Amino acid sequence: VSALWGLLRKETLHILRDRRTLTVLLLLPVLQVVIFGYAIRTDVKDVRLAVVDPSPDFATLRLRGRLTGARVFRVVAVLPDAAGLERLFQTGAAQAALVFAPGFADDLGRGLPARLLVVTDATEPNTGVTIQGHVLSVVQAFERELPGRPGGVRIVPEARLRFNPTAESKNLFVPGLMAFVLTIISCLMTAITLTREKETGTMEALLVSPLRPWHIIVGKVAPYLVVGFASVVGVIVEARLVFDVPLRGSVTLLFAEGTLFILVSLALGVLISARTSSQRVAMTAALLGTMLPTMILSGFIFPVESMPRVLQYISNVVPAKWFVAIARGIMLKGVGLEYLWTETLVLVAMALVLLGAAARSFHERLE
Amino acid sequence: VRRILFLARAEVLHIVRDRTTLAQVLVVPIVQLLVLVNAATFVIRDTPTYIVDHDRTSASRGLVNRLAASGHFRILERSASLSRANDALLEGAATLVVTIPRDFESSLARTGRAPVQLVVNAEKGSAAGIVLSYAGQILDRYSGELGRELHPAATIAGGWLHPAATIAHPSPGRGHPRIETRTRGWYNASLDYRHYMVPGILVALVTLIGTLLSAQNIAREKELGTLEQLNVTPLTRGQFIAAKLLPLWVLGLFDLGLGLLAGKLVFDVPMRGSLLLLFVAAAIYLLVALAIGLLISTGVDTQQQAMFVTFFVLNVYLLLSGLFTPIDSMSPWMQAVSQLNPVRHFVTISRAILIKGAGLDEVAPPLLILCGFAVVTLTLAVQRYRKRTA
Repeated sequence: VSALWGLLRKETLHILRDRRTLTVLLLLPVLQVVIFGYAIRTDVKDVRLAVVDPSPDFATLRLRGRLTGARVFRVVAVLPDAAGLERLFQTGAAQAALVFAPGFADDLGRGLPARLLVVTDATEPNTGVTIQGHVLSVVQAFERELPGRPGGVRIVPEARLRFNPTAESKNLFVPGLMAFVLTIISCLMTAITLTREKETGTMEALLVSPLRPWHIIVGKVAPYLVVGFASVVGVIVEARLVFDVPLRGSVTLLFAEGTLFILVSLALGVLISARTSSQRVAMTAALLGTMLPTMILSGFIFPVESMPRVLQYISNVVPAKWFVAIARGIMLKGVGLEYLWTETLVLVAMALVLLGAAARSFHERLE
Repeated sequence: VRRILFLARAEVLHIVRDRTTLAQVLVVPIVQLLVLVNAATFVIRDTPTYIVDHDRTSASRGLVNRLAASGHFRILERSASLSRANDALLEGAATLVVTIPRDFESSLARTGRAPVQLVVNAEKGSAAGIVLSYAGQILDRYSGELGRELHPAATIAGGWLHPAATIAHPSPGRGHPRIETRTRGWYNASLDYRHYMVPGILVALVTLIGTLLSAQNIAREKELGTLEQLNVTPLTRGQFIAAKLLPLWVLGLFDLGLGLLAGKLVFDVPMRGSLLLLFVAAAIYLLVALAIGLLISTGVDTQQQAMFVTFFVLNVYLLLSGLFTPIDSMSPWMQAVSQLNPVRHFVTISRAILIKGAGLDEVAPPLLILCGFAVVTLTLAVQRYRKRTA
């Protein structure tokens, strides 16, 4: 055991000595929380609206007033004709345009259809749909209140956003961010530190020392576990204090599931190091094989249901996908194991298979 | 110039000889393009929906049928049990729960109004809002139909339209004041996310290649000690850097061409603007990306650190570039900060040219900013790079 302590001390010193890597390890999560809190959002607000009004009259002015009164819109240009519209859209100066037909108020007064064209920049489809929805709802409300209209039938939708009532993207990212940070630290760093011993040839020295194989793994991995846990706690505390992200479920369960996920990532890191011979290859493999899938295929940023079927199937082998589902369940929905047992079982199975494989590949190297 | 070309040739040979690098340069970008473009999407398709129908009348059944027939919703189950609906929501099986109250039909007939409760799982982020607006659109259209049945003379508010459609939406009824609204979604009428993502992902790939390779390249020379050997050659600092970066610069442009070709062949993305303009912008942008890589390499000792720091920097750059989520949604001060991000400007240019068909006039402001970045970062990189510190 004292040999194990020695190894642990050595590894800790290694980590503390490489200041640049340590800085990145500690800074990355903190910065990510800020980025995701303020930048990774999808809410549509402050829409830049261009108005094409060939013959301004009381009706067009009132409708324009309604739109600017809705606070979602900001009129950036009022044009007499549609000629300059395309340029406004191409430079991004306008995101939507309201094009009135000439004689709008006259048509309304005479009972003829008053013509209106709503143009939206649909380059980003969801933003386009959302902006159009906002414009149309204002136009429809305006139309309903026109004098001389009989009342129609209306089904009134009462919308409720469950689990994230303010629809704030920041509440969604923290669980994903935890998966991300844990993957970097437990998988990437483990793979690198083990391959470094291989590359420098010191692995042989470790193997002939009285240390048992599991001593080596524990000794190499435990310090990174501490760093990993520290960053996760940091992420949660920062998210709670700065962004007021909810944590509705059991903290104990969250940490237990976190540990499970760490085991899976560690096993993956050990496996990668067993199959590769240089730090560079290990790093590339870890980045492409675990980091990218964690970011892209876990549902962290992009919902899994939106992907094509093939990618949805592939996403099932990404451990982070299951952990993100668990962490969101605990933090946002406040549910316990009774709803999360499937995801937990998948992670347990992954942990068992991967740890077994990792232990085997490590033993093979002894011969 | 001959010296530069000579060293550049050596660099090319290095890249071609090393299988890993070659794969990094040729295969990885294409694979990333194919996977990312398909995965990085917020498209909404058949939302799993749970129906709680307390009314069970023809009006409520009609509503459910309209929802199912729209293609946006997949009805999981219908029952009168709120607790089962709640379970489905908690398990994640259902994204939307539609609750129709007991007196839905009679209240519609009596007062012309009836509420329907829509509960959406907001875990899905922006999708939640769109799901609600699709549902609202169907409710509106259905109230229109019902209105014509119940009060044949009455007018109803026009429905919500798909932005792709340019259908006129006249309100029935004669003589009442009414607005005929047409809608048009410019540039991406089919609402295809892939058309939006390809120009952005291409930028990410060019950035990755440029920055990562240049950072790694110089860090490797440092690590191997071959930088010392180059130091005793008569090459000047500027010549050395030019020779190092030239092949990578060409490679980056080549990768852009490759990516554009893949985008055209596989995803059939529109390319409305001038490709020449895009390549000119890319040529300027690549200088920035390469200079950033060079800057990173001057600050690190090993390839591993170079890769790690590059990864960190690019991560921040890409997330703040508007590549995945719109710049307009960021908080105002974050939008200001993102002006300092060269990736943001090239993403804007790439999308403006390819999707919107913008010309030089329209992309001039971001292009000028990129030129500024190129001058500043290259000067910094050349200055910070000291041959002797290696």
